[in-house]
Amino acid sequence: MITDYLHTVDWSRAQFAMTAAYHWLFVPLTLGLSLLIACMETVYYRTGDPFWRRTTRFWMRLFGVNFAIGVATGLILEFEFGTNWSNYSYFVGDIFGAPLAIEGLMAFFLETTFVAVMFFGWDKVSRGFHLTATWLTALGANLSAWWILVANAWMQAPAGCAFNPETLRNEMTSFADVAFSPVAVDKFLHTTLSSFLLASLFVVGVSAWYLLRGRERQTALRSIRLASLSGLASALLTLGTGDRSGAVVARTQPMKLAAIEALYHGREGAPLTVVGLLRPAARRDTAGSPFRFGIEIPKLLSFMSFRDADAYVPGIADLIDGDPAHGLMPAAEKIARGRTAIAELARYRAAEEAGDRTAAAAAKQKFDPATPEGRAFLDDCFAYFGYGYLGSPQELIPDVPLLFYAFRVMVGAGLLFILLLAAVWWYGRRGTLERQRTLLRCAILAVPLAYIASEAGWVVAEVGRQPWAIQDLMPVDVAVSAIGSRAVATTFFILLALFTALLAAELSILFRQIRLGPRNIPDVDVTDIDSAPRGDSGGPCDRRLGGSEDSGDTLRDGSANGRGGDPAR
Amino acid sequence: MDTFTLLQHYWWLLISLLGAFLVFLLFVQGGQGLLLLLGRTDDERAALAEALGSKWELTFTTLVTFGGAFFASFPLFYSTSFGGAFYVWTALLLVFVVQAVAYEYRRKPGNLFGERTYDLFLLVNGIAGPLLLGVLVGTFFTGAHFTVRPLNLVGEGGSRIISQWTTPWHGLEALADPRNLLLGASLTALAGMLACQYFMNCLDDAHLRARAQRAMRPLALLFLALFASFLAGLLTADGPHAAPDGSIVRVPYKYLRNLLQMPVAGGLLALGVLAVAWSILRGWRGDRRAFRFGGCGTVLTVAALLLCAGWNDTAYYPSLAEPGSSLTIRNSSSSEFTLKVMSVVSLLIPVILLYVRRVWRALGPKRPGPRRDSPAR
Repeated sequence: MITDYLHTVDWSRAQFAMTAAYHWLFVPLTLGLSLLIACMETVYYRTGDPFWRRTTRFWMRLFGVNFAIGVATGLILEFEFGTNWSNYSYFVGDIFGAPLAIEGLMAFFLETTFVAVMFFGWDKVSRGFHLTATWLTALGANLSAWWILVANAWMQAPAGCAFNPETLRNEMTSFADVAFSPVAVDKFLHTTLSSFLLASLFVVGVSAWYLLRGRERQTALRSIRLASLSGLASALLTLGTGDRSGAVVARTQPMKLAAIEALYHGREGAPLTVVGLLRPAARRDTAGSPFRFGIEIPKLLSFMSFRDADAYVPGIADLIDGDPAHGLMPAAEKIARGRTAIAELARYRAAEEAGDRTAAAAAKQKFDPATPEGRAFLDDCFAYFGYGYLGSPQELIPDVPLLFYAFRVMVGAGLLFILLLAAVWWYGRRGTLERQRTLLRCAILAVPLAYIASEAGWVVAEVGRQPWAIQDLMPVDVAVSAIGSRAVATTFFILLALFTALLAAELSILFRQIRLGPRNIPDVDVTDIDSAPRGDSGGPCDRRLGGSEDSGDTLRDGSANGRGGDPAR
Repeated sequence: MDTFTLLQHYWWLLISLLGAFLVFLLFVQGGQGLLLLLGRTDDERAALAEALGSKWELTFTTLVTFGGAFFASFPLFYSTSFGGAFYVWTALLLVFVVQAVAYEYRRKPGNLFGERTYDLFLLVNGIAGPLLLGVLVGTFFTGAHFTVRPLNLVGEGGSRIISQWTTPWHGLEALADPRNLLLGASLTALAGMLACQYFMNCLDDAHLRARAQRAMRPLALLFLALFASFLAGLLTADGPHAAPDGSIVRVPYKYLRNLLQMPVAGGLLALGVLAVAWSILRGWRGDRRAFRFGGCGTVLTVAALLLCAGWNDTAYYPSLAEPGSSLTIRNSSSSEFTLKVMSVVSLLIPVILLYVRRVWRALGPKRPGPRRDSPAR
């Protein structure tokens, strides 16, 4: 039976990771592109220049293709907390459910209501209303990210909660601490800024493709001018927020930091390994360097972690074996204390169930922070409650090579993007960008690299949290639902097949839309279009929205775009 | 009634309203199920799909919010039902996933699978969506096979999982209960009927409107027959009552008693049923305003039924495996603090309704006359 659950955990983790990875392929573009589109439409609103109307609508088309599949994968992700992680949902639902509900009420409604105006409202609402709707869509998307990241940050560093022994769950004690924890703030800033960076690189990459083909010159150059600047700013800010995130991780998740750096043995003035190749056999009990080779910057890790070049950074071995000199308790001791906490809790609940009020009252004293006995027990034992579920200290070590390399892919790509965007912006300003064909090719290659870097960021965040579902409170194998592994394996493969098929369709449509280009979008007014001869004769609803080229995108591209003809012309 | 109890009732009311709006918005699914029947040409189908296209996100968002609100206010239901009735919830989610992409991709060049595949997605969502949702809501009255044992979390050995499903079918068994199927089929017919009323309301094409009117008639009769059967069965059935000591006992005519003991719920149900019946009469004659009555009536009826399921010391999720594990709004809710926080957030709901209404109107039929705001040249 236990084996069954352990296996279920593996499948559930795989399913959640796969869903999250697919979802994250679409979300960053939605977050970033929505803002760029809003900026472009603002220019149109202010200048009335039909060029910006057409350009806005071109990028909006690409946004729409991406938005739908992001919404679809997000639905599965939200409900997987219930379907695959039912114990988790009970144990922390009192805290974790609130950000998800608020996301739905405050952000998702805003986003999806006004996105309809964005697509269907060009000829139905005033320009001011349409612009407002576009900004509200961008706001909704980013507010949505805020609440989701608040929930995720809480899993990384629980805050604003207390354990209730009567209900056997954690309960919220401070909404502000949950919603505005430093981890949540950093995570939001880092994630959304990196999303703006990705979206900017997407716009630059697509525009670069046009320039290499000698097409859509004006759209491409003006889009690049906007996106290279926003991308450069986003990249620099992402670097800054990443640095802040690292400092927060050093305090809240030292094992994650040690694994990211493959730091097996802690030290004062710890160096940062810029690049390195890990020895496959490297472990915490292996003497010598874990690297075959590596380039280090002395003391940088200590400085970045604690803003002190000589600060002590604990290594994996120190966190497992303990280091009294630096106040680190051995993991085995934490596990023993956690088991004591679980046993005391069981004793209390058994007395409650048996109706033995005297014994229950005595046992409950240990969970009362108002009493000295309670404070001591909560600090000395209950603080390690989650550790009591672990079988051995070894389980506390996440996948070091995966974290080490993923982190370097993310940071390395980020630094490359800064150089690339700076160069694109510079040549764009000088008006010689079209001659820099190698640079334009690099800009195209940067688009898939941005997605890889973005996914690598999530690998660092989530794999680094293992074995915890909630840091120090609940390991993943206790968080899971009581479902057979075959059931989860079945849904895993169904979702994998479905998401892969939908991703293929999305990419195919996206590439086709890019090949069609903005020239396909008429920049004449709706009334002109309505009176112009059309190849299709839709019903009245069709005609009502027929003037809206974007509604045509959605439902009648086949005719409106001349399906069957050569899309690339 | 103390503050905590009041908050629990308030949140069940909100859940009921969200559920009611979700059922009303299933008219989008109903319309998808009728696309091939009502639309005889590609352009007609495009016109119908376009009429639904600006509304599907509302249904989708309401479903997401319904799930999130349930999670925040009654987390034990979320963990028990979703983690237990795994197959049915997953199936429901899958049919909504394919809907989300179908609208955007169906006529896009390069969509890989062809328009017919996406139309099939819409059809599957249109029929399976309301059916599965109805079956799952049916278990609020008929019960499900689960146990809830929080002590598992601290038990020695054995399972650590608090909520356990006691059949290997993980929710599929609910599909074998005729009462659940009856409610599922009722929702499917209702969604189709409301869709016809919606098309009659928003389309200007006389042929399409006439077809929608003709299609509404058998759907309305089917809905009335199915729903009347479900309601009769419900009102004459035993129901789970939460005694003051927390135990769950079966009480004859529990839901009928609830309606009589809660005149507000009884009144809402009567009003809702009358409004739906009135919408059928209006729609039968081709009145374009039938949709308003149908929509309002649906919201009132469903909200009243859900209030009946959770208020008045009723177990809203009865356990067939172990009655003591049944979920009530008292034993499954979040803490008082969380419910208070969420109640403050719920003040946003009127704002949401206002802007949704504004957008709904803005995207409605275009009025003749000069353009309000032509772009400057």
